[in-house]
Amino acid sequence: MATLLIAEHNGTELAPATLSALTAAQQIGSEITILVAGANAKAAADAAAQCSGVSKVLLAEGDSLAHELAENLSELIVSLAGDYSHIMAPSNSVSKDTMPRVSALLDVGQLSDITAVLSDAQFQRPIYAGNAIATVTSKDAKKVITVRAAAFDKAAATGGSASIESVAAPAENTAATWVGDELSKSERPELTAADRIVSGGRGVGSAENFALIEALADKLGAAVGASRAAVDSGFVANDLQVGQTGKIVAPSLYMAFGISGAIQHLAGMKDSKVIVAVNKDEEAPIFQVADYGLVGDLFDVLPELTEKL
Amino acid sequence: MKVLVGVKRVIDYNVKVRVKSDNTDVDLSNTKMAINPFCEIAVEEAIRLKEAGVATEVIAVSVGTTASQEQLRTALALGADRAILVESEDGAEPLNVAKAFAKIMEQEQASLVILGKQSIDSDNNQVGQMLAALTKRPQGTFASKVAVDGDSVSVTREIDGGLRTVKLALPAIVTTDLRLNEPRFAKLPDIMKAKRKPLETKTFADLGVEVKQHIQLDKVEAPATRQGGVKVGSVDELIQKLKDEAKVI
Repeated sequence: MATLLIAEHNGTELAPATLSALTAAQQIGSEITILVAGANAKAAADAAAQCSGVSKVLLAEGDSLAHELAENLSELIVSLAGDYSHIMAPSNSVSKDTMPRVSALLDVGQLSDITAVLSDAQFQRPIYAGNAIATVTSKDAKKVITVRAAAFDKAAATGGSASIESVAAPAENTAATWVGDELSKSERPELTAADRIVSGGRGVGSAENFALIEALADKLGAAVGASRAAVDSGFVANDLQVGQTGKIVAPSLYMAFGISGAIQHLAGMKDSKVIVAVNKDEEAPIFQVADYGLVGDLFDVLPELTEKL
Repeated sequence: MKVLVGVKRVIDYNVKVRVKSDNTDVDLSNTKMAINPFCEIAVEEAIRLKEAGVATEVIAVSVGTTASQEQLRTALALGADRAILVESEDGAEPLNVAKAFAKIMEQEQASLVILGKQSIDSDNNQVGQMLAALTKRPQGTFASKVAVDGDSVSVTREIDGGLRTVKLALPAIVTTDLRLNEPRFAKLPDIMKAKRKPLETKTFADLGVEVKQHIQLDKVEAPATRQGGVKVGSVDELIQKLKDEAKVI
């Protein structure tokens, strides 16, 4: 038995989600290899080699891996799969795109978004937007797994000294080509990596008003998040959406302003350590999960908070 | 160009989910069922392609129990031309579903398959990608924009950092995200007309797909409920609590 963990990284550093997935891999209990794939990812591979409990790092570099296209990345993973009983990745938009492709090529099922490791074959995962928790057993010899990072503590990024081995990048799949990215540029922390998040919902009212959310976030060194309603209304970009179909987060502090608390939003943030909700509707469901609720107008509360903190 | 579109019967978006007292599954008895919201977006996109003269025929496909005919009729009322139901027990696994779609895609010589990115019951987010792998075709998952141009399709995808556009040679598989379109409602005359549109029923065996169990459901439990905390009366009190009690700022 051995585990292949696909790293999430930006070329130079591992994403914190990789360390959370590493914890899940350690709980399975077999030898762990980390795969770092990208156009230029040597520094990230060096970081992976330092992680505790990692035996080996595989580094795949090449143009075909530049834009994380699932067609190419899945070929790479399948070509390495022979040696491993478990193939895992933190849940993110790349692994969600790629891992089911890996599963189908291996003719095995996939366990999506696991939140607990019960044994090397039995896991828990949320279903129905987190309104039920399923315990499932994989019957396949090879297990393909994505890990909900917010459900696992981060493994130590130091203390290891794994060897780094280069593996060949796959050939480019000509049927799928990258055209371009429109990435949000922000100096703020990334949502899934942030220790504090300030989120706004429909109640914020407009894209301009989101400046109030951003001001508080900057004061706290927090990331900015949003509910689906705020994204659908065009207040902020899609990548800020917290919820079942957006980002799943579990920061130390989550502050929700003008968010009513639809089930799908709660599914994305209810594992946060401390939840603060500010809403003028005292019946808003968000108050049922908030540690501290303040019934009031966010247009009064936000500036006051930003000033007094 | 033929377009296949996936339709899954799931619990209605607005219904509160209850876990059965014996913890074997969620309780769906006497529950309102509907088309999975992401599949609704897929149906809408396919119909728009037909209205734009890009698609010549839209075929709605569901893998599920006989009751799924209801959701296929809804897709027909919305504008799909015909429907295929692959009869299965409840809770068909994603890989088996993908294998059925792969066979139908081949039989129908479909150029584009549009599926929801995930269903709101099992939350797997797998079938589209698995179908693409089985048919060795490119995929555009989590689409917020789809533009067919000759023998290729441009798909703008919602990714963690923002948006990414890819160009895929047809045939291709697209899975829908929330912001691709806003689905229409079926009109009464169309609901009546849909009753006369063809709905064909097949089995996995008819398609030559061997159904395998990959993942066994052992138990379903209600999640640990988070206890609501206290209401504070002012910003000052909130700051004091966050500093002294929660110690997070």
